[in-house]
Amino acid sequence: MEVFLDILVAVLLILGCLMSLIAGIGLLTFPDMLTRMHAATKPQVLGFLLIFIGLAIHLRSWAVIPVLALAWGMQLLTAPVSAHMIGRSGYRTKHAAKDSLYADELKLVVDKVSSMPATGVIEVPEEEKK
Amino acid sequence: MPTKNMQPRDQRIDDALDTSGVRHRATLKQEWPLLALLIFVWCALWQDFSPANLIFGVIVSLVIVTLFPLPPVVLSGRINIWYCVQIFIWFIGQVFVASYQVARLAIFRGKKTRSGVIAVPLRTDSDLIVTTVGHVLTLIPGSFVIDVDRSSSTLYLHYINIESKQDMERAREAVRDIERRMIMAIGSHGEFDAIKHECGPNLMRMKGKK
Repeated sequence: MEVFLDILVAVLLILGCLMSLIAGIGLLTFPDMLTRMHAATKPQVLGFLLIFIGLAIHLRSWAVIPVLALAWGMQLLTAPVSAHMIGRSGYRTKHAAKDSLYADELKLVVDKVSSMPATGVIEVPEEEKK
Repeated sequence: MPTKNMQPRDQRIDDALDTSGVRHRATLKQEWPLLALLIFVWCALWQDFSPANLIFGVIVSLVIVTLFPLPPVVLSGRINIWYCVQIFIWFIGQVFVASYQVARLAIFRGKKTRSGVIAVPLRTDSDLIVTTVGHVLTLIPGSFVIDVDRSSSTLYLHYINIESKQDMERAREAVRDIERRMIMAIGSHGEFDAIKHECGPNLMRMKGKK
């Protein structure tokens, strides 16, 4: 039983590390910044989960499970926010390769907003409220 | 300043446009999920869930929410635990699929990967559902949120692996499906009824099959 659990821990830890490797490969091979954000957010969440499960089994203690669950929950909450902030600012600067996109439905809106006069009050037209 | 007795959607637009710096304070009744979370964080970090530590956690979290007030998170007042469990299990499965998809694209496609930015108007009025749908979207295969239009509940997503109009339509359908699951789990009664109306009487069965 002990040996079996140890093997399980080893497999989980290695799989978790493999996810980080995949994220690294993704960062290198994807063509532009926005696509790279996919590699920077998704595999880690799974990698974290696998490493945490491995740790929980390895330590064989119930007391660490809330801490690990908390850390994973925080990862779930923060990874999308950072991806969103980087993507949002990257889109509005030269870093996003917008020409390589197949379609871009945000461009119209951003152009419209940035061509509006900079005042403190933003008018919301009636047809947009519906 | 207009009176603050408005419909939820107008209230949200008013919040977004409000530059006076005065925020609506949350009441203790609205804030209990945050309090529960803070107590859990406290106890988890001490690795001690004994009554004495719980009481001290309550005191610390009350001090925190009083000193650092947040604007209220408007809950819908309806929650279906069974759908929540279903959506969580489905979500864990999707996290595995997401990593597999990124790995496949990174290794076999690399530089040739095409993607697109799509706009998805959501049905819901609720900030909470827009936020959770955005979070789930970012963690499951294919998409992450670039921008949000709060007044019309529109998400602007970067979608990976988009090469045709059909791909775009499929992506939009997938997002609307996630929103449907979210509304079934935590949406308000009105939105839940609208979803039931849209999907017909076979709501449960459709859910089970997908």
